[in-house]
Amino acid sequence: MNESEKKTAVMSSEKPIIEVNGMHKWFGDFHVLSDINLKVHLKERIVICGPSGSGKSTLIRCINRLEEHQRGQIIVNGTELTNDIKNIEKVRTEVGMVFQHFNLFPHLSIIDNLTLGPIWVRKMPKKEADEMAMMYLEKVHIAEQALKFPGQLSGGQQQRVAIARSLCMKPKVMLFDEPTSALDPEMIKEVLDVMIELAEEGMTMLVVTHEMGFAKSVADRVMFMDYGEIVEQNTPQEFFDNPQHERTKLFLSQIL
Amino acid sequence: MNAPQTAPSREFLKPPVTEVGVLGWLHSNLFNTWYNSLLTIVLLLVLWQLVPPLFSWAFLDSVWNSPAEACRDIEGACWSVIPQNISFIVFGFFPDGHQWRPGLAMLLLIGLVIFSKDSKHWKKSLVLYWLVGLIAMGVLMYGGLFGMQVVDTDQWSGLPLTFMLALFGMVAGYPLGVLLALGRRSRMPAIKTLCVVYIEMIRGVPLISLLFMSSVMFPLFLPEGVSFDKVLRAQAAIILFTAAYIAEVVRGGLQAIPRGQFEAADSLGLNYGQTMRLVILPQALKIVIPPSLGILLSAFKDTSLVVIIALYDVLKTTKVTLSNPKWTGFSTEAYIFLAMFYFICCYAMSSYSRKLEKALHTGH
Repeated sequence: MNESEKKTAVMSSEKPIIEVNGMHKWFGDFHVLSDINLKVHLKERIVICGPSGSGKSTLIRCINRLEEHQRGQIIVNGTELTNDIKNIEKVRTEVGMVFQHFNLFPHLSIIDNLTLGPIWVRKMPKKEADEMAMMYLEKVHIAEQALKFPGQLSGGQQQRVAIARSLCMKPKVMLFDEPTSALDPEMIKEVLDVMIELAEEGMTMLVVTHEMGFAKSVADRVMFMDYGEIVEQNTPQEFFDNPQHERTKLFLSQIL
Repeated sequence: MNAPQTAPSREFLKPPVTEVGVLGWLHSNLFNTWYNSLLTIVLLLVLWQLVPPLFSWAFLDSVWNSPAEACRDIEGACWSVIPQNISFIVFGFFPDGHQWRPGLAMLLLIGLVIFSKDSKHWKKSLVLYWLVGLIAMGVLMYGGLFGMQVVDTDQWSGLPLTFMLALFGMVAGYPLGVLLALGRRSRMPAIKTLCVVYIEMIRGVPLISLLFMSSVMFPLFLPEGVSFDKVLRAQAAIILFTAAYIAEVVRGGLQAIPRGQFEAADSLGLNYGQTMRLVILPQALKIVIPPSLGILLSAFKDTSLVVIIALYDVLKTTKVTLSNPKWTGFSTEAYIFLAMFYFICCYAMSSYSRKLEKALHTGH
């Protein structure tokens, strides 16, 4: 047990919100993820980094079953992910996801994008859902765009709407899959600012990103993945100042 | 807007006369090269030869509403063939004196269609209006209530039959086609295979043979004494045929939806039905409006193939009119009239689809 794991264990003795045990995944013959073990506690903020193709996106996509794992166990909020579609839908309502390419629904106005989940999944009355949606739009500083369509917004605005859309489901965990990778440089900050605010409010977050500044200032734990394995995980300070593995050192030397 | 005022030092000249207005247009479009000029002149000559005689045939030398005899010694068109036979062309064998019934039913149908065009009326109440309207139309056509004489479906003919076969072919064929498209993309092998087999089988067979099968072969498989109405069987054949084509078009639309849309819907916890109904189909169906329209238009025109199983649609009633010795020889006029009718219906559909496309456009 290394330093950080000890620390995590001490930090919280309660049941983790996400638990991954000995998980493997293959794409055809290709072994994408190998023996993944991970525990995430409430209010923890984890940044996952690593070279492209290292399986970091696949890992968080497994957590809400956008990808199926073949071996091992994934337990989210006490529910194990299996082929049972009811369990999968239950987990998905508890886990918010923000995608690299926003994936807003282009045929719906911004506010309808936000209320779709609450109205149809949470069975919330429309009026109540609209009010909540406006509240979250204000939170991501974009309330004035409520009646526009996604195609009329900039990338940064769309990504903030996507974050608000996930928040409307009142998720216990938020997954971010390279949320700023598809954005123009001047729009990255507005999205990161929203994510930082969210972190400060105590949201549990798993973030796949190349934004090392974000990792340093926000993360409780930074994980480095390479070739489908979790190579190293540590507090940001230890991780950046004192990397243990050769592969981590190489990666950090390339991006910093 | 303000540019000329902010730069007053420069004089703004008008472009040369040969570049703008009628002259400019003629120059740049009709006479810009020697071969284009030649082509223009040749075409003008051809038009000069063709249009005036056609015009005098159709309008100057024609008769519009006269007995058949008056048509024998004129040079021009005998449009009289239409008004003189209009009640048979439109209503066919529907008994005399009761033709107000199909007339009213058609008006009701057209009224409902026009009412449904407006997206403001797309509410649950619309379904109710259609249900009431359909029942009213059925009662009007078949009779048997309120002292109306029963008219069997073999007497339904002409325009009401065409409208009925076409409209129900489209309205019932479209949702069935969407279901087939979803089925073909299903992960369940049984459903998928069933849909593929259905679609490929129907698409591999001409509509005529399907109509034959429904009218000749299908009754052979039924136990004795059980029989389905002939019009109903033709209607079913048209619906099944249209659905198979719609299915493939819709499948194309489904494939155009990026995977991210499915994933975003999934990650919100929407189930399969909700994902399809609320997220995927609204986008996919919008994409396939133009090709769907093509299929619906041909379904509309293909209803005329029901002559093959002795149903009298509007094309057949016209033909019957022309086989009357009094009116033989005026087929050009009658068919031009029919062509106009089909064209107006099809053009209305296609201009509506263009409007719908524009109204549903949200991207920029």
